[in-house]
Amino acid sequence: MNLDATKLSELDAFMAETAHKTNSHSYVIAVLHKAQQLFGYLPREAMDYIAHAMNIPTAHIWGVATFYHFFNLKPVGKHPVSVCMGTACYVKGAKLVLDAIKEELRITIGETTEDGIFTLQETRCIGACGLAPVMMVGDKIYGDITPKKAVKVLAQIRKETV
Amino acid sequence: MDTTTVNIIIDGKPYAARHGQTIMQAADEHGFHIPRLCYHPRLSIEGACRVCIVEVEGAKNYVASCAFPVSEGMKIHTNTQEIRRARRDIVELILDNHPDDCHTCERDSNCELQRLAASMGIRNRHFKGEKKHYEKDLSSASVIRDPNKCILCQRCLRICSEVQGVNALSHAFRGFQTVVMPAYNLPFAESVCSTCGQCINVCPTAAFVEKNCTQELFEKLNDPSIIKVVQVAPSVRAAIGEAFALEPGRNMEGQTAAALRRLGFDYVFDTQFSADLTIMEEASEFLERFQNKDRLPLITSCSSAWMKMMEQFHPDFIPNISSCKSPMVMMGTLVKTYFAEKMKIDPAKILSVGCMCCTAKKYEAERPELRVNNMAAVDMVITTRELAWMVKSAGIDFINIHPESFDLPLGLSSGGGAIFGVTGGVMESAIRTAYEMYTGETLVDIEIGALRGFSGIREGKITMDKDEIRVAVAHGLGNASELLDIVRKNPQRYHFIEIMGCPGGCIGGGGQPYAGVNSMPLDENILKKRAEALYSIDRAKTIRRSLDNPDVQRMYKEYLGSPLSQRAHDLLHTHYAPKLPQGILPIESTVK
Amino acid sequence: MAENTTGYRYYLTLCDGPTCMQKASRTMRETLERELARLHLSDKVRILVSGCLGMCQKGPILIVNPGYAMYGRLTEEAVVRIVEEHLFNNRPVLDFIIDEDHLFNKFYRVFGDVNFFGKQMRIALRNCGVIDPESIDDYLCVRGYEALAKVLSVMTPWEVIAEMKKSGLRGRGGAGFATGVKWELTAREKSDVKYVICNADEGDPGAFMDRSAIEGDPHTVIEGIIIGGYAVGARNGIIYIRAEYPLAIKRLERAIAAARAAGLLGQNILGTAFSFDIEIRLGAGAFVCGEETALMHSIEGHRGMPRPRPPYPSASGLFGKPTLINNVETWANVPVIILDGADWFATLGTKTSKGTKVFALAGRVNNTGLIEVPMGTTIRQIVFDIGGGVPDGRRFKAVQIGGPSGGCLPEQYLDTQIDYESLTQAGAFMGSGGMIVMDETSCMVNIARYFLEFTQDESCGKCTPCREGTKRMLEILTRITEGSGTAEDIVRLERLGALIKRASLCGLGQSAPNAVLSTLRHFREEYEEHIQHKRCRAGVCQAMLSYAITDACTGCGACRKACPVNAISGTQKTLHVIDQKACIKCNNCFVTCKFEAITKS
Repeated sequence: MNLDATKLSELDAFMAETAHKTNSHSYVIAVLHKAQQLFGYLPREAMDYIAHAMNIPTAHIWGVATFYHFFNLKPVGKHPVSVCMGTACYVKGAKLVLDAIKEELRITIGETTEDGIFTLQETRCIGACGLAPVMMVGDKIYGDITPKKAVKVLAQIRKETV
Repeated sequence: MDTTTVNIIIDGKPYAARHGQTIMQAADEHGFHIPRLCYHPRLSIEGACRVCIVEVEGAKNYVASCAFPVSEGMKIHTNTQEIRRARRDIVELILDNHPDDCHTCERDSNCELQRLAASMGIRNRHFKGEKKHYEKDLSSASVIRDPNKCILCQRCLRICSEVQGVNALSHAFRGFQTVVMPAYNLPFAESVCSTCGQCINVCPTAAFVEKNCTQELFEKLNDPSIIKVVQVAPSVRAAIGEAFALEPGRNMEGQTAAALRRLGFDYVFDTQFSADLTIMEEASEFLERFQNKDRLPLITSCSSAWMKMMEQFHPDFIPNISSCKSPMVMMGTLVKTYFAEKMKIDPAKILSVGCMCCTAKKYEAERPELRVNNMAAVDMVITTRELAWMVKSAGIDFINIHPESFDLPLGLSSGGGAIFGVTGGVMESAIRTAYEMYTGETLVDIEIGALRGFSGIREGKITMDKDEIRVAVAHGLGNASELLDIVRKNPQRYHFIEIMGCPGGCIGGGGQPYAGVNSMPLDENILKKRAEALYSIDRAKTIRRSLDNPDVQRMYKEYLGSPLSQRAHDLLHTHYAPKLPQGILPIESTVK
Repeated sequence: MAENTTGYRYYLTLCDGPTCMQKASRTMRETLERELARLHLSDKVRILVSGCLGMCQKGPILIVNPGYAMYGRLTEEAVVRIVEEHLFNNRPVLDFIIDEDHLFNKFYRVFGDVNFFGKQMRIALRNCGVIDPESIDDYLCVRGYEALAKVLSVMTPWEVIAEMKKSGLRGRGGAGFATGVKWELTAREKSDVKYVICNADEGDPGAFMDRSAIEGDPHTVIEGIIIGGYAVGARNGIIYIRAEYPLAIKRLERAIAAARAAGLLGQNILGTAFSFDIEIRLGAGAFVCGEETALMHSIEGHRGMPRPRPPYPSASGLFGKPTLINNVETWANVPVIILDGADWFATLGTKTSKGTKVFALAGRVNNTGLIEVPMGTTIRQIVFDIGGGVPDGRRFKAVQIGGPSGGCLPEQYLDTQIDYESLTQAGAFMGSGGMIVMDETSCMVNIARYFLEFTQDESCGKCTPCREGTKRMLEILTRITEGSGTAEDIVRLERLGALIKRASLCGLGQSAPNAVLSTLRHFREEYEEHIQHKRCRAGVCQAMLSYAITDACTGCGACRKACPVNAISGTQKTLHVIDQKACIKCNNCFVTCKFEAITKS
C-alpha cells in the first residue's frame, strides 16, 4: 500500500516539529496519534516510515502500537457491522447471515471493506434473542434478519453513505 | 564503586554488604542463592518474574531481591514458609501457562524453568486454566521462535536490544496476550534478526531454539552413496565439554574429531585451517588497501551475524568490508573444489557439514552468492549443541574416547587459526602474518595484549617498519554499531577493524552449550575459560602464524597461486549488498 | 461576577458535563441563543459553560446569576420560558427551579443553596461551574494565580515545601503519600534538569474527577504545577492526560496558551528569575499508565510498563531525572493551601488525612455525580445525605470505593470515615475516588468479577503474579458465576489474591485482588451460595436461573413460539413445559407470557 503523499507530508511536518526537541524519541506516541488521525489507523507502512524518520526500531514502534488500545492496527470502517453469535441467533442461522455478509462485502471478521465503509465483527449475545438472528450496524439493531435481508440493508447503507 | 559497608541481617544472621548492592548481590556473596528467573547479570534489571522475592521486615509487600538495594539494618528473610509458598505459587502460575511437554521438548534436562520448578517442589497444580496458543515460527534458517514456551522473562529482547543493538524483538500486545515477536509479527526470516542466536543462549526455556537439523544429518550419515565431510570451528572444541558436564575451558579437539568419525563422517577437517587461509587473504587485502590508502578501515567479515546486520543497518560500510568469505565457507568451497579434485571425487556427492558455535552460519550457508559451481559450499550446519546431542544420542563415550587428529590436507592449523574463536583473535592473527608480509621480519612478541580481554571496544597500535597501523576490535553487535559510529565521526582513526557479532567472539556464539546447573548463560567467567582454552591451543603449537602453515602454502603452490590471485578471488572472496527487510526503508543511508 | 464582564445584565452557567450534554445541553444552548436573540438580549446576557456541576440526575442544568437561580431538568419549553420570564421580565420561573437546603461552603457560596452541595466542601472543585474555564480573566477574578504570585514574591522554595508539609496534604491519586515529603525529596536532588508531572491519566471505569476538574477549572491545576516546579527547582512541567478526554485537552491547551500570554508560564515568570513551562502529553488508552513509573515510560515513548522502585521518581524519574508526580486533584489543592494557609487546611479532615476528597458518586443512589467532601465524612453521610439514599425503596447493600483497586464495604461499614487509613483497614481503598452504591439487585460475586475483568484486561503483562494470577482468578470467578465453582475455588481465590497483592510489581497488580478479597471478606456467604446451592440471590448470574411454567399456564402457545431454541413444548390448551437442557435463559418466554405463568428462580 502506498501512503497518501499529502498526508505523509503533514506527518513529516508534525515529526519535524518534534525532531528538534530534547528527547525527541519520546514523541513517538504523539506521532502515532497524528498518523492515526491522518490515516484512520496505523498502516504498517506508516509505522515503517515513522521508525525510519525517527530512527526508532520498528519492533519498538510495533510494541508501542500494540500496547495502547487507542491505536487501531487495521482500518476501521464508518459503519461497524456485527452479527450476533449468541446461542439463540446461532441456532436461527446467524452463521448463514454472516457468510452472506462476508461474501457480499468480500471481507472476513475484523476486516474493513476497501471503500472504508464497513468493518465486520462478531459479537456475543446482545440480549435481543427475541429478534434472533440479529445484526447490528452501528447502534442500530436489525432483527429477524435473513441472508438476503442483510445484504439488502448493507446495500442501502452503502448507497446512503457514498 | 561505593565501598561503604552496610550491615544487614539475612535469615537471622548478621552479614556485611556494600552500599548500592542489591539484596540478591549481597545474598549471593554470602552463599544464599535466592531463586531467580528473569534476572541476568549482563542485562538490565526488570523485576518481572517475581521469583526472586524475599521478605524485608517493615516492607508491606515482598520485594524483588534483584532490584531492591540493601540498607543499614535491613532484615531480610529468604526462606520463610510464606515466601517459599509465594515463590512456589509464582512458578506454578508460569507452569500453568506453559506446555506440559517436557519429555518431548528440546530443552528437556537443560531447562532453567524445569530446574526452578524442581527446586520449588511443585507436586500439585492448583490454578490450571486457559493456556496461550500460538504458531511456531519456523521461517528463519537459524532461529525457531515458539511463543508457547515463552515465559516473558524478556531476556531475549533485552539481549537483542541492550547487548546486540539489533532490536529485532519487542513485546507486542499486553496482559495475558503479551507475546514477544518481531515487528508486525513478521516471520523471523523477514525481520531484522541478525540470526546471532543470543536469544537462544539466554532463553531459560525453549521459546528460542536453533533450527535443528540433526535428524536429517543422521539420515544422510547413514547413506553410503554420500561422502560426508565435516569441519569443526575453533570454539566448538573449547565449549563442547560443558555439554558433557566438564569444567568450562577444557579443550576437546581430539575427542571432537574422534566422535565425528564415529558418527559416520568420512573426512573431519578443521575450520582453523581455513582460518589460516582467511588470514592469508585478509592480511594481503589489508596490506594492499593500506599501501593504496584504499577503503580504510578494512573491516573483517568472518562473523555472519555481523554481516547480516551490516547489510541492514550499516550499508554505508559495505566498501570497507573485507571481501574474504568466512573460514567456514572457504573450507566448504575448497572441499567441493580443491579437495574433490585432489581426491577425484564428484563434488555433487559430497555432503559438506559445518560444525559451528554459531546459529548465523546456518543462515550464511544458504546465502546464494556463496554457492560454488552451483552447489552450496556448506550443505548443512549444526551447532555445538546439536553436535553434543548427536554424540549422546549415538551413544558415543565422548569423555573417554581416545583423541584423534583432523584429516589432511585440510586439517593442519597454526595457533593463529585457533584464536579466531575469541574476540580480538582474528586481528591478532592478521597482525602476526601481515607484519611478516609487510616487513619481511618475524614479529617477536606475537601475543598482543591490547587486543585481548573482554571490554567491548579495544584499540591497539602496531608499528610496521615506520608505519603505524591503528586497529580496533569490537565484540557483540551493539559494540560493533558503537565502533562504527566512532569511525563515522573520525574516518581516519583506524586502519583495520575486527568485528565479532557475539559477546566474547565465537566462543560466546549462539550455538554454544546451554549453561549448566550452577551457571548463567554468557557468564563472563565461562567465556574467559573458553578463551583461555583457545589461547592455550595457540601456545602449544609450534606454528603460530597462519603464514607458516605448510599445508596452506602447499595449497597456494598447487592450486590457488598466490593470495588475491584470480583463482583465490573466484573461490575465496564474495561481495555484499544492502538488505532491506521490513522496517528498513531504501532511503540513502543512515549517515547524513 | 467577573469585573471584566460588567455591562451584562445576567450571567448564565450552562453545565457541559457529559450527562447534561447527553441530555442535550448543547441544543439547550442553541435554543437559549435563539431566544435571547429573538428578545434582543444577546449582548445583555453572557453564557458561560461549566464542567460537570455534579448534579447529573437533574440535568441539564442552567444557573442564572446574579440572584443564583438554579434551573434543572431543562427542556426546550423551559428554556423559552426562562428567557422570556426571568431574563426578559426579571421573574424567576419557579416551576423549573431546583431549590434545596443550606450550606457552609467556604469557596462555593454561589452554589450554596442546594442540599447536594450543602454537605460538601469544594476546594479542588471550588471554581468548577463558577467560572468560565476558557477564560483566564475569570480565573484571575477568583484570586487565580495569586498563590503563584505570593510564592514567587515572598516565599523561598523551602518555605513552600514547609507549607505543603504542614498542610498534611496527601496524594489524591490513591496511595496517599505525603505530598510535602514528596516535594522535599525531589527538591533535595541535585540535577540540572528536573521534571514536574501532572498525572491526568484517570482510567477507572465510572470515575471522572480529573476530567471534570480540568474541564471546569484548568488554571487551578496549572497554577499548582507551576508552584510545584518552583518548589522543587524544575523548569519543565508535563501534563499526561488520556487521549480519550478531548475537551479537557482543549481546555488545557487554551489555558496554557493564555497563561503563557499573561507571562505566567515561560521565561521569567512575573518578572522573577523563575522560568517554567508546561507541555501536554497524551496517553493512548492504558489504565496502567496511571502508575507513575508506567506513566513515565509512556511519556518517554515506550510501552507503559512499570519498573521496580527504588529508584523512586524523586531520585531518578522521567528521562532519568528527578521527577515530581502528583495527580490532578492534588495539584488543584495547592493554590488553596498557599493562599489560605497550611494551618487552615490542616484543620479540615481527620488526624491523618487532611482536606477534602472528590468522589464520583454513582450506582443505586438518588443523586449521582461529582462530590467533594471533607475527609472524615462518613460513607453514610455521602450515600444518604448527599446521595439521597437508595432509590425505589430498595435496601442499601454495599458501596464500592476506589474503583478496580478498591473494595466493597457492606452496611456495617457505613459509619466508616473517609480517610486513607480507615478505608484501607475496612478493606477498601481511597483510590482515585470512584464510589458506587449497590442495593440488593447487585450480585457481589458478579461485581468482583466485573472489576477483576477490568484489571485483568488492563494488566500490562510484565510481572507473573498480575499477568497469570489475575487471569486464573478471573477464570475461577467466571466458573463460580456460571455455577461450576467448587469449595476449593474460594481457597484458591484467597491464595492467589494474597499472592498477587504482595508479590506484584506495581500498584495495579498489588490492588487488583482487592475487589475479590473484600467481597470474600464481607460477602462470603454469597460466594458459598453460588458454589453450594447454585444460587445467585440478586438474580444476576444468568446461569443460575432456571425458568419453569406454573399451573397458571393456559396453553396459549405464545411462549413456545417465542422461544428461539424450541425449548418449550406442549399442545394447545395444555400445560407447557421447558426443556431445561435446551433453555438458553434468554428471558423471551418470561416477557411473552400474559398470564404470569412463567417463573424464574
